[in-house]
Amino acid sequence: MQPVTAGMKRMTLGEGGVAAFFALLTILSVIGAGLAEDAAFAFHAYLTAIASLAVVIFIINRFYERPEALPPEEILGKPNYNMGPVKFAAIAAVFWGIAGFTVGLVIALQLAYPVLNFDLPWTTFGRLRPLHTSAVIFAFGGNVLVATSFYVVQRTCRTRLAGDLAPWFVVLGYNFFIVIAGTGYLLGVTQSKEYAEPEWYADLWLTIVWVVYLLVFLATLIKRKEPHIFVANWFYLAFIITIAMLHLGNNATVPVSVFGSKSYIAWAGVQDAMFQWWYGHNAVGFFLTAGFLAIMYYFIPKRAERPIYSYRLSIIHFWSLIFLYIWAGPHHLHYTALPDWAQTLGMTFSVMLWMPSWGGMINGLMTLSGAWDKLRTDPVLRMLVVSVAFYGMATFEGPMMSVKVVNSLSHYTDWTIGHVHSGALGWVGFVSFGALYCLVPWLWERKLYSLKLVNWHFWIATIGIVLYISAMWVSGILQGLMWRAYTSLGFLEYSFIETVEAMHPFYVIRALGGALFVAGALIMAWNLWMTVRSSEASKPAPLALQPAE
Amino acid sequence: MSLWSRHKPLETNSILLVIGILLVIAIGGLVEITPLFYLKSTIEKVDGVRPYTPLELAGRAIYVREGCYTCHSQMIRPLRDEVERYGHYSLAAESMYDHPFQWGSKRTGPDLARVGGKYSDEWHVAHLNDPRAIVPQSVMPGYPFLASTELNASAAAAHMRANRAVGVPYSDEQIAQAAADVYAQVNPDNPGVAEFLKRYPKAVVRDFDGNPRSVTEMDALIAYLQMLGTLVDFKIYDAKANVR
Repeated sequence: MQPVTAGMKRMTLGEGGVAAFFALLTILSVIGAGLAEDAAFAFHAYLTAIASLAVVIFIINRFYERPEALPPEEILGKPNYNMGPVKFAAIAAVFWGIAGFTVGLVIALQLAYPVLNFDLPWTTFGRLRPLHTSAVIFAFGGNVLVATSFYVVQRTCRTRLAGDLAPWFVVLGYNFFIVIAGTGYLLGVTQSKEYAEPEWYADLWLTIVWVVYLLVFLATLIKRKEPHIFVANWFYLAFIITIAMLHLGNNATVPVSVFGSKSYIAWAGVQDAMFQWWYGHNAVGFFLTAGFLAIMYYFIPKRAERPIYSYRLSIIHFWSLIFLYIWAGPHHLHYTALPDWAQTLGMTFSVMLWMPSWGGMINGLMTLSGAWDKLRTDPVLRMLVVSVAFYGMATFEGPMMSVKVVNSLSHYTDWTIGHVHSGALGWVGFVSFGALYCLVPWLWERKLYSLKLVNWHFWIATIGIVLYISAMWVSGILQGLMWRAYTSLGFLEYSFIETVEAMHPFYVIRALGGALFVAGALIMAWNLWMTVRSSEASKPAPLALQPAE
Repeated sequence: MSLWSRHKPLETNSILLVIGILLVIAIGGLVEITPLFYLKSTIEKVDGVRPYTPLELAGRAIYVREGCYTCHSQMIRPLRDEVERYGHYSLAAESMYDHPFQWGSKRTGPDLARVGGKYSDEWHVAHLNDPRAIVPQSVMPGYPFLASTELNASAAAAHMRANRAVGVPYSDEQIAQAAADVYAQVNPDNPGVAEFLKRYPKAVVRDFDGNPRSVTEMDALIAYLQMLGTLVDFKIYDAKANVR
């Protein structure tokens, strides 16, 4: 007689633990929803309850559906890569990208035509602006980073992603955080800390997700089959660790009630300002720079089929970049009540930061050595390379604007917005699009549907960016000069509202640029969708060649 | 060559790499942030600066909720044109009870650090209801829903307790009287006004939204706006007092 246990499936500790955790979370959320002190908190508690319950059902269902053994580490001596979570994050990135760009276009139009605020609580600029910034940075950018990091770490370590449910927990948990944060903004749930607006419970959830992200990434690195840790992974690792540190520092809050959405941060005034911009500038430095430099270090060499230009330069680039970036925060607080020495320190390090930034740009661009001709024929590579050129431009402009005398003009004006967008649209946007154009065909093992459409995307988006940033340069500098203009009698020449009025044509041009950028992204979504779909159409259906009888 | 080979342990040991990263990224923040908690210029005490009244605190929460900081700064820089346009440059002490700070980063609209007392309550009501009715070229959204939304005064005490937990020196008495003080501040005929003014000297008591029937979010927001930048009397302020 066979032992009964032989064929019996065992639930793994992970499955059991995660199911129990989410079962508990479901119960807690229902209780939270019942005791909620405000409608937004109740709404989020119900969302959490539904999502947690879905996870429990999914895990139990998966347990019954799955074969006895978990997926093997290797199949026939080749690593059995786990690409499911990568695919999900790639699709999510495209979705959130279009959503985030569109909200950006809406708020750009609101500034040109304020009637579009509709004077409803949920549609005013003040609530939509954090929705835009979070959607593009954390939803679009974040999903690109999660997708590419999980892809790159597996390929460069030649090993399957660590964890069974953990990678899915990271991907789904992160996107759930985005849903909570985004719906919260519309309902007026915000800490008012720029780029860290989500309230305490969303922050707590993100902390859990982020720790699991770090563990998955690190555990994959540890079980690698390659002796060396590939340079892209250094940047991903620095990005994950630093964002964890910044997130904890800038979100140390005390909730008014554990059943309410509002909290108050531990820091006040000057200290809070410094914490905020230590966070804020390094959200740029590590989320939007280090993470995307990792993409540059993997996808450009892969696409160009050339090795990275200089390994030594990448070592210098890495350590100097992550060391110097952390200091740059105070340049957001020039001439404020922050002490002068801190401002000067921030300025000095910002100027120094120009060097590693351009070192990295040179390393990326020179990787094209011997493959420059590919720029003519491969619009995806062109997008990647132009992104690095925008990176170079934005990282020159940044140090320049951090110089106090320049900042006295540029601060509080649209010049800052223009600077951010030359980095965000040109660098982060283009490098992400390039990576997605590589990643989607690789993941689904198909040929990209149309290079011609990539070309259209490239040019439409580039024209959009140029319109955007030049409009903001002109409006920013114009406004800065108008604010400080004096008449010959020594009076301020312009009232504030005259400077607002002067911005109108530039706000219209900016919105036009934004519309072109959205149009480009829609072309990309179509192209990627057709890439994934094409196979289904092109894969010949098993033709039943019945003998004609 | 030898120097480059020294980097090899970091390239081959992920835990060492993690430790290296942690050390390198910790330094900048430690050097720039830690001193701000003990330097005299950042923890200065200036006469007149007091914690917000319960009504002002509620107004501030509305200011935060509506994202006013996305277009309005509250930080006047010591530059000639700014001081002439907005008033005395902002002091660190003026935001010492601000959790979080509201200095902002963009002036799509003007700075509000000293907007208190600059316009009448009626101006604010009309402007918040429909900005273009007052300033035709304005691009500000309208907030007509504030005037019709009742303020939840009973929540004031909990908000003050949370503020006390992060360092704002509210007394037990102030917290116990929070809801009563909300009603007292919007009604000069309220019997509690004298006690309220003892707890918050020089606070302004008025029916801010011009609607005596109820305490609305409009009352709270205008009470907050009208006190911004008014606490310090710059006729007697001694800028040298905090210089070492």
